[in-house]
Amino acid sequence: MNPVLDTPASTAPQEGEPPENYLTEHTVISWLLTTDHKRIGILYLLSILVYFAIAAVAAAMMRIELLWPDGRLVLPETYNKLFTIHGVLMVWFFLIPSIPAVLGNFVIPLMIGARDVAFPKLNLLSWYLFMFGGVLVVYSVIVGGVDTGWTFYTPYSTTYANPNVVTMVAGVFVAGFGSILTGLNFIITIHKMRAPGLTWFRLPLFIWSMYSTSLILVLATPVLAITLLAITVERIWGIGIFDPNLGGDPVLFQHMFWFYSHPAVYIMILPGMGVVSELITCFSRKKIFGYNFIAFSSIAIAVVGFMVWGHHMFVSSQSIYAGMVFSILSFIVAVPSAIKVFNWTATLYKGSVSFETPMLYALGFIGLFTIGGLTGLFLAALAVDVHLHDTYFVVAHFHYIMVGGMVMGFMGGLHYWWPKITGRMYPEMAGRVAALVTFVGFNLTFFPLFLLGYLGQPRRYHSYPPEFQVFHVLSTAGASILGVGYLMPLIYLLWSLRHGKKAPANPWGATGLEWQTPSPPPRDNFETIPEVNGEPYDYPPLEQRTVEPI
Amino acid sequence: MPETTPSTAHQFETLSQQRDADIAGMWIFLATEVMFFGGLIMCYTFARYSYPQVFEAASHRLYVGYGGTNTAILLCSSFTMALAVRAAQMGDRKWLLRLLMATIGLGLAFLTVKGFEYHTDYVEHLVPRLDFRWEGGESPHAELFFWLYFTLTGLHALHVTIGICVLGTMAILAGRGRIGEIPVEIAGLYWHFVDIVWVFLFPLLYLVGHRS
Repeated sequence: MNPVLDTPASTAPQEGEPPENYLTEHTVISWLLTTDHKRIGILYLLSILVYFAIAAVAAAMMRIELLWPDGRLVLPETYNKLFTIHGVLMVWFFLIPSIPAVLGNFVIPLMIGARDVAFPKLNLLSWYLFMFGGVLVVYSVIVGGVDTGWTFYTPYSTTYANPNVVTMVAGVFVAGFGSILTGLNFIITIHKMRAPGLTWFRLPLFIWSMYSTSLILVLATPVLAITLLAITVERIWGIGIFDPNLGGDPVLFQHMFWFYSHPAVYIMILPGMGVVSELITCFSRKKIFGYNFIAFSSIAIAVVGFMVWGHHMFVSSQSIYAGMVFSILSFIVAVPSAIKVFNWTATLYKGSVSFETPMLYALGFIGLFTIGGLTGLFLAALAVDVHLHDTYFVVAHFHYIMVGGMVMGFMGGLHYWWPKITGRMYPEMAGRVAALVTFVGFNLTFFPLFLLGYLGQPRRYHSYPPEFQVFHVLSTAGASILGVGYLMPLIYLLWSLRHGKKAPANPWGATGLEWQTPSPPPRDNFETIPEVNGEPYDYPPLEQRTVEPI
Repeated sequence: MPETTPSTAHQFETLSQQRDADIAGMWIFLATEVMFFGGLIMCYTFARYSYPQVFEAASHRLYVGYGGTNTAILLCSSFTMALAVRAAQMGDRKWLLRLLMATIGLGLAFLTVKGFEYHTDYVEHLVPRLDFRWEGGESPHAELFFWLYFTLTGLHALHVTIGICVLGTMAILAGRGRIGEIPVEIAGLYWHFVDIVWVFLFPLLYLVGHRS
């Protein structure tokens, strides 16, 4: 049904003997030694779920602790350890691998008409490095935890740290090499493995966003690696470049850390933007508005994102002139993000919009990301930042981007490609309810934090003045609703594995090569490598559009 | 190699696609390595800019003789490596093996000289934390210089060691006639990179200020 392609859609036999596919082999060893990008994507999915669960429990304990102004659940030190666990696991072991390593691994080769990524063994190695790093981090939590926060600021992480910081830092270091190799693999795959006729401007926008993400992964992560190496040396031997006793400078650590970690923020949003570009156009049945602008805005975000790290340090000893430059650049980096939002809304205009679960998540993404992005501009303004720095306003801002943006994007993408991944449909009504519950729960959790921050409550404290209690109670109530919103998909997606309706090759009537192969795809993705000779997102014009039954 | 016909891995359509992908992959990897060393060199630049005098004095305690010899050794090894890649392309197995062995030998010579140099540094009480004595002023800043010196050259030596292991594997495979030109070319890229890092480290660490 797709005018883009020459090859007819592979019509998989849907009745009788199920066709051979990548899931056919069942042994554990076939999973642990697999080099199939689809299986590796699933390995990542299962592993990030585990880390997500641990980090979510830490978040839940913090939210319960904050119900009372004096903190009654855990000791203050434990509270510090909880937010460190939450930050480290959520950032490095859930968000960064979420869309790239799970969905990216699964769909990039399918989308570009390749049989696998360029370096399948390296891909498996990435997963093992990721897991080894994760085990080190969890181990450091079990033997006592770390109270530095996920940022490992010196001297907390050097002079005043407990020894566990070395293990935790080592875990992040090792996992970092996993993400470098993933990024390398994706860049080469996208450059060299595209199907005949699939030129750069015929690529799905998800590929453009994954390409930009990979650029950040390979260029920023090594700087994190060397920084973490330096604090490990400093922690173990008591000597290093960040120690003022030697003439070193703790602010140098902040520069190097944020040189990685601000681009890493874009690792945690660009993939979400890529997914949303796919979802919006598919469920509007309309060619995406401004393809080139969306594609290049991804690259622009990746490039400019490397030059804004100083906005984390406006109230450090950074010079005011540096602050002004970083402030201006931070305003500039908002432009490509805004371009994307405008293009998505323009795509909706006169589209045949339908509200399947992935679309609900995508629309939620646009709303929440817009709030998160605009509050980012408040923080990029030098004078305002003096008031808001290190308050709950910052916490609310980045959760709107990371959870409201990336996690919504991830959930949307997971539902969208679930039929392709598992060969089963998820229950649509349950999906819609869960998406709405997540949206409501999320806003109730994090919107009060904007107000708290504006009123001046600093982040990272286990206790607070009693007049703030009402906001914290609201936030904790929201967190429980949000928790339900995350538990529901876990239950019905697992249920669908056995009881879900069998998925056809292209349940959404979407364009794109990944829908031209059976669900689930065969081991080598395509029986014959497809050829592409048309524009992407070539949905029929309005007058010829028919609403397809889902 | 004439006796091996390299096969295309299942994910690739053609051999030339595989070749392009492999070589491009190495270039991307080298880009990450540049950022890795770049971070530390940035630290060095910051410290040297902050304490120019003591960095000059500390740099004078290093032996240009050791550093210069090692620079020459590594440059020669890059030459033999380049010839080895050429031999692989020409399918000349005998020379490939010889040139790989020569490169490995030069790499080992580099590490040996480095080892002697570290020993001299130790004898002269220049190892931070372990045994550091500094007569001039600003002892902590001098210690910082030597911390940077050991970290930078240590990481570089680690890369040389990895390079030697890779080339050793290549040599074994070449001896059995089971290697194509692409792996040699990729190993060559890595080796040249390690060489270039040293070309930056040598002036940065050894040639600060005027030497008489």
